[in-house]
Amino acid sequence: MAEAKKEQTTTHKIGIYLWIWGLLFVLSFFSYMVDWFNFQGLLRWTLILLFMFLKAGLIMAFFMHLFWERYALVNVLLWPMTAIACFVGLMVAEGKYTVFSRMFYFFVGGA
Amino acid sequence: MSDPTLDKLPGGFKGMSTDMGSDQTAFKGVNWGKAMMWIFLLSDTFIFSCFLISYMKVRASVVDPWPYPSEVFALEFMGAPVPLLLIAIMTFVLITSSGTMALAVKYGYEKNKKMCGMFVLLTAIGGLTFVGMQAFEWSKLIFHEGVRPWTNPFGAEQFGAFFFMITGFHGTHVSIGVIFLFIFARKVFKGDFDTGKRGFFTTMKSDYVAIEILGLYWHFVDLVWVFIFAFFYLW
Repeated sequence: MAEAKKEQTTTHKIGIYLWIWGLLFVLSFFSYMVDWFNFQGLLRWTLILLFMFLKAGLIMAFFMHLFWERYALVNVLLWPMTAIACFVGLMVAEGKYTVFSRMFYFFVGGA
Repeated sequence: MSDPTLDKLPGGFKGMSTDMGSDQTAFKGVNWGKAMMWIFLLSDTFIFSCFLISYMKVRASVVDPWPYPSEVFALEFMGAPVPLLLIAIMTFVLITSSGTMALAVKYGYEKNKKMCGMFVLLTAIGGLTFVGMQAFEWSKLIFHEGVRPWTNPFGAEQFGAFFFMITGFHGTHVSIGVIFLFIFARKVFKGDFDTGKRGFFTTMKSDYVAIEILGLYWHFVDLVWVFIFAFFYLW
């Protein structure tokens, strides 16, 4: 039985942690630079989201060891997060509709 | 995984279906406490997502201009306002503490008591620094700028409510994490994980896997900050 047996744990080389750590620093620095150079519009959004997902992915895959886990655990975690992404998409559409109807009734009027 | 019995099992999606359909433990090779921590973190993800999504929805639909975070969170340095300076330092402090936690987990695996305890302690100090800087940021906004949950001098009134709710909930997580990090640093140095001493709340024997579980929580706190940093401060 898995529980009865002494828990076997993986140990990884220290290099991988230091590499990920360094990458996180560099990516955080880059995302700060996005604000520093005051990029606007689509470029800003693309860069912010790119650095954000890279950082989140690195933390989850290596610091939280998901890269080494079996698919049973990985999929239990990632599919609900996909559902959250769909929820975000729905609410973006909803927000656009709300601001449209506010603008419309403020400036054009109802009745 | 280095577990030889796990290496014999099929991997990938086939492995997932056999694991789930095995009529046994679904998460093979995963300590039950670790699986429970993951389930907790998933539910916490839902809570933070709800906060961030409602923030996004309100910000996208308010008619008043939203306060410009780059200026709201600027800090005077050498007489000139530097945008997001404190937030950038906080981000680097939290990433540093995440790195030290990863090393603590690694040394925990290797049952290296001294190094493990030292890195857990460093992580706790990093977290404490973060909370301290957040307290400074809050007091600056509350006492000097007059930001309230219902009003603020910069623009849309909803700003304060979302700022205090989201960063406050994250700060609470960091504070709880810091408390546990100190408790576990003490446990490591006392040698509880080497002797397998039974815990205060539980009859289970102490094991270094607890450090990994604590590490999962701490990395999650860092992970949430990545999203808050992107959506609240950089947007």
